[in-house]
Amino acid sequence: MAKRIDVSGLSAYYGSFRAIEDISMTIEPRTVTAFIGPSGCGKSTFLRTLNRMHEVTSGGRVEGKVMLDDENLYGAGVDPVAVRREVGMVFQRPNPFPTMSVFENVAAGLRLNGSYKKSALEDIVEKSLRGANLWNEVKDRLNKPGSGLSGGQQQRLCIARAIAVEPKVLLMDEPCSALDPISTLAIEDLIGELKDRFTIVIVTHNMQQAARVSDRTAFFNLAAVGQPGKLIEIDDTERIFSNPSVQATEDYISGRFG
Amino acid sequence: MSNAAIVDKRPSALRGASMPKWSPWAIAAGSVAVAIGISLVAGFDSKIQWGLLSGLIFLIATYGIAARVEGRRQAKDRIATGLVWVAFLVALIPLLSLVWTTVSRGVKVLDIYFLTHSMGIVADAQPGGGVYHAIIGSLEQVGLATIIAAPIGILTAVYLVEYGGRGRLARAVTFFVDVMTGVPSIVAGLFILSLMLIFEMEPFGFAGSLALAILMMPVVVRSTEEMLKLVPNELREASLALGVPKWRTILKVVLPTSIGGITTGVMLAIARIAGETAPVLLLVFGNRFINNNPFEGAQQSLPLYIYQQYSQSAGENTAYDRAWAASLTLIAFVMILNLVARGIARWKAPKSGR
Repeated sequence: MAKRIDVSGLSAYYGSFRAIEDISMTIEPRTVTAFIGPSGCGKSTFLRTLNRMHEVTSGGRVEGKVMLDDENLYGAGVDPVAVRREVGMVFQRPNPFPTMSVFENVAAGLRLNGSYKKSALEDIVEKSLRGANLWNEVKDRLNKPGSGLSGGQQQRLCIARAIAVEPKVLLMDEPCSALDPISTLAIEDLIGELKDRFTIVIVTHNMQQAARVSDRTAFFNLAAVGQPGKLIEIDDTERIFSNPSVQATEDYISGRFG
Repeated sequence: MSNAAIVDKRPSALRGASMPKWSPWAIAAGSVAVAIGISLVAGFDSKIQWGLLSGLIFLIATYGIAARVEGRRQAKDRIATGLVWVAFLVALIPLLSLVWTTVSRGVKVLDIYFLTHSMGIVADAQPGGGVYHAIIGSLEQVGLATIIAAPIGILTAVYLVEYGGRGRLARAVTFFVDVMTGVPSIVAGLFILSLMLIFEMEPFGFAGSLALAILMMPVVVRSTEEMLKLVPNELREASLALGVPKWRTILKVVLPTSIGGITTGVMLAIARIAGETAPVLLLVFGNRFINNNPFEGAQQSLPLYIYQQYSQSAGENTAYDRAWAASLTLIAFVMILNLVARGIARWKAPKSGR
């Protein structure tokens, strides 16, 4: 069910500004890959190219290839909407739909894409909420507004919403940066469980988090402000944090950067 | 006033001397008394002069007293507060006077009979008659104008915010919407009138609706645009990232999130055109009898009724009274619309309850 991502020669632009340059990497199925690097180095931009959300930004443009198993996401005739059903995304700030209840939020991806029987929908919603470790907390308030939950619960609601459409890959853009340590722990545990079913890519500024949750870690850097960001290296997390092959990675991880 | 003098009055560095809570009221009462005194001596007989004079004295006295007792910074604070209050009262006077005059003169003939009967064969100088035909006309003309202008306006705003970006077409549309906002109502009326003359048509209600729709559309576009811009981009991205197509995202996420504000905007636009007289005068012409068909024959409308009762009153109080009662009806009509809009906005607003 989870799929492999194979990126080659990928560059992304905002108008004429090149944000990331010539990135190639392979992301194995059923693993957690963490992206680390300083602000502005293009981690989030790269993440958004993996489900074609980059081109939603005005002036956003991508060159290169992203293979999902054996299909190029940027091939001719590929529908970005179909891509986003395969590659789900969780954002930095929890963003439940304010007009919808908890139940409707989780069901949103299915309901907005077609009609489902109520009973089938109820099953999927319960499964997704259990998958996001949220079911026990919200099962009595499924019809209350989703925005009434706490920040950590909202973020898990967003994860439930994302996994309800059964994507093959789950992208997470700093999912814990707006949360307290306890909610962060809940999400990290959840990531560990989800990786049996999905390929997970997570952007984080928290290096301990990268070390805790990921199997592989990619370090991004940029030469200077205004220069495009580049992939410096990607390797097993253990190796990156103990014995990286590039000096810049070691400097960044040990806090000697810049 | 020297700095040292201020410092000396303070019991400590953190606590300054302060005037008692009631002092603004006392100063206000004192200024009114002084102003009336001065006016009587100087022979001002206008109440407006009295009011302005007391406002001025109040500001000067507040500053003087506060500067002496509390220091200059607190005096500035008090004078700013005072200015806001004086401005508020000055702004309130015309509003209260308008409401008072309309209500007190309008209730004289405003009753069920007035609301349910047309003028018919009642002569302007005679008592009796009513406003029913004008209410029907206003409802139909404004309703039709809304049916035309609200969808076009909302769709235009959706295009501008969601699709147009900063493209050439979007900028052109924005420019023309701005121009349309500034079109005087009589010009919109003349535009439709010229079409009517080309096709040799007689005045009818729907022609008025068309002119009103022209006036209403830019207001709807502007307010809807602002409401759509308030919808956080994160919600659009969240929906797109679920694999929802853009048009469904707009329909099911963006519009429901902003529906309260959009409704308020449409209602305010309706309130604005409900009081338009000029295009109605040209295109709908006015009618003493009930005409339920907006597509044929002259109709009446509330603002036009008010104008005609006033201008054709020939100095008879009965016609004046009817004009005031119709004004009260119109104000009530607009106010009910506003209340409905607020109700809808509150009911549809994104909920945050736990």
